[in-house]
Amino acid sequence: MARTLITAPRTARRGEVIEIRTLIAHAMETGLRVDAEGRKLPRDIIHRFTCRYGDELVFSAELFAAVAANPYIAFSTVATASGTLSLTWEGDNGFAHTETLALTVT
Amino acid sequence: MKRLVWVVLVGAGAAAAQPSGDPRRSGFDFMGAATQAMQADDMQNPGMLWVAEGAALWQRKEGRSDRSCADCHEAGAAPAMRGVAARYPAFDAPSRQPVNLQQRINLCRERRQHAAALPLESRELLSLESHVAHQSRGLSITPSTDERLRPFRALGQALYEQRIGQLHLSCRQCHDDHAGQRLGGSTLPQAHPTGYPVYRLEWQGLGSLQRRLRGCMTGVRAEPFPYGAQELVALELYLAARAGGMRIETPAVRP
Amino acid sequence: MSVLPVSLERRHVLVIGAAWALPAAAQPADPVHDLEAAVRGFAGSAPVRQGRVTLDIAPLVDNGNTVPVSVTVDSPMTEQDHVQAIAVFNERNPQRDVASFVLTPRCGRARVDTRIRLATSQKLVAVARLSDGSVWSHTVDVVVTLAACIES
Repeated sequence: MARTLITAPRTARRGEVIEIRTLIAHAMETGLRVDAEGRKLPRDIIHRFTCRYGDELVFSAELFAAVAANPYIAFSTVATASGTLSLTWEGDNGFAHTETLALTVT
Repeated sequence: MKRLVWVVLVGAGAAAAQPSGDPRRSGFDFMGAATQAMQADDMQNPGMLWVAEGAALWQRKEGRSDRSCADCHEAGAAPAMRGVAARYPAFDAPSRQPVNLQQRINLCRERRQHAAALPLESRELLSLESHVAHQSRGLSITPSTDERLRPFRALGQALYEQRIGQLHLSCRQCHDDHAGQRLGGSTLPQAHPTGYPVYRLEWQGLGSLQRRLRGCMTGVRAEPFPYGAQELVALELYLAARAGGMRIETPAVRP
Repeated sequence: MSVLPVSLERRHVLVIGAAWALPAAAQPADPVHDLEAAVRGFAGSAPVRQGRVTLDIAPLVDNGNTVPVSVTVDSPMTEQDHVQAIAVFNERNPQRDVASFVLTPRCGRARVDTRIRLATSQKLVAVARLSDGSVWSHTVDVVVTLAACIES
């Protein structure tokens, strides 16, 4: 279970553009660092982030090793109807984490 | 890829504007606007990931006692822990020496929860430490006036002023005599522990004041004291006294 | 391993010249062109025009490990006229890609924020492809200060 911090409104007016800010704990190991014995630390990064609003994919990101540790991603979406936003992070070594947010649209 | 350490101090960097009165400045003032913004917003501050984990650990039942921190500190972390970090390191009577917050948490685990101590600087212990220290954010550092701390504080001051390492530098030379000037491309801060544990961009993670001190010792090519060493706690004690009255920012973000 | 005859070795003659070259460093031979190639790969056959994209980043960063950036594209984000994708490329990191984003009209606003790593002072480019097929970009020069003290 990765630690996350997510900022998103719980309610919004129909048509309002809301901002979603996400932070997830992850070392984003580049694969270029070496340990004290000189051995290469293998790459271990989050490489994909998606946001689904209901069933629809509204935003996605492809991340590379140049994204900083504990990745921060902020984006926006239009509040259309009440529903669930599903945020998913996927990465190396089978890393997968999902957070769901309930949004009430008035 | 090794980088050279330049001891040549180039000119006087632009220090923050100094209003009359207290010349002391938090490391916050020496950072760029983008880094300051990262600290100022709890929803962007990576240190808050550790604070949030600490809040969860606060509720976890531990050891033979099967009690969580919350079970004893019944009013909750916020009221119970408010002001605690502000007066640490504090004197621990049974062991007759000062302890910092990480050590204090471990003593609670061993003596009250009958649980094993967590490794110093481990993620869990840092999370608990940052959660507790965060409850003092906004308060002034209020060093303990316990007389029994006096010889330890004196040791801390002596260590602060002692030249060490191949580079033969003392803390005071950089952080008192040349604070505000430049070392390489960075501005030397005054070294006030106002926001520990800090999320340090150089570490890409959160760490304690002892980690920072050990890093500095390595930086001047001295053998760093091990985590939990009496010398490090003595330094923490002296630095807290030196920063008395300054505002706590935990979890701070620093370059 | 010496390339000189053993008799010369015994006289402790300096070995001059290497019989083999040291392995090339991981840096690309021509960073500027690699950056152009990366942008070209994203843009496809469309010409890359300056404008409409704003890559917001501090000109002087405290630490290259974590640099906040934001990319904003001037676009109404309607079905008929919206940003399809944004990509950020660098000039001097070990690899050119930083991140890419796929947007939809459901985004409402064409703005993304993230934090990136910059190995050294260099150029950073944000490129956006719009729904009409046009491609726009913004290039910024960033100065990165390295930490003065080595910790390990």
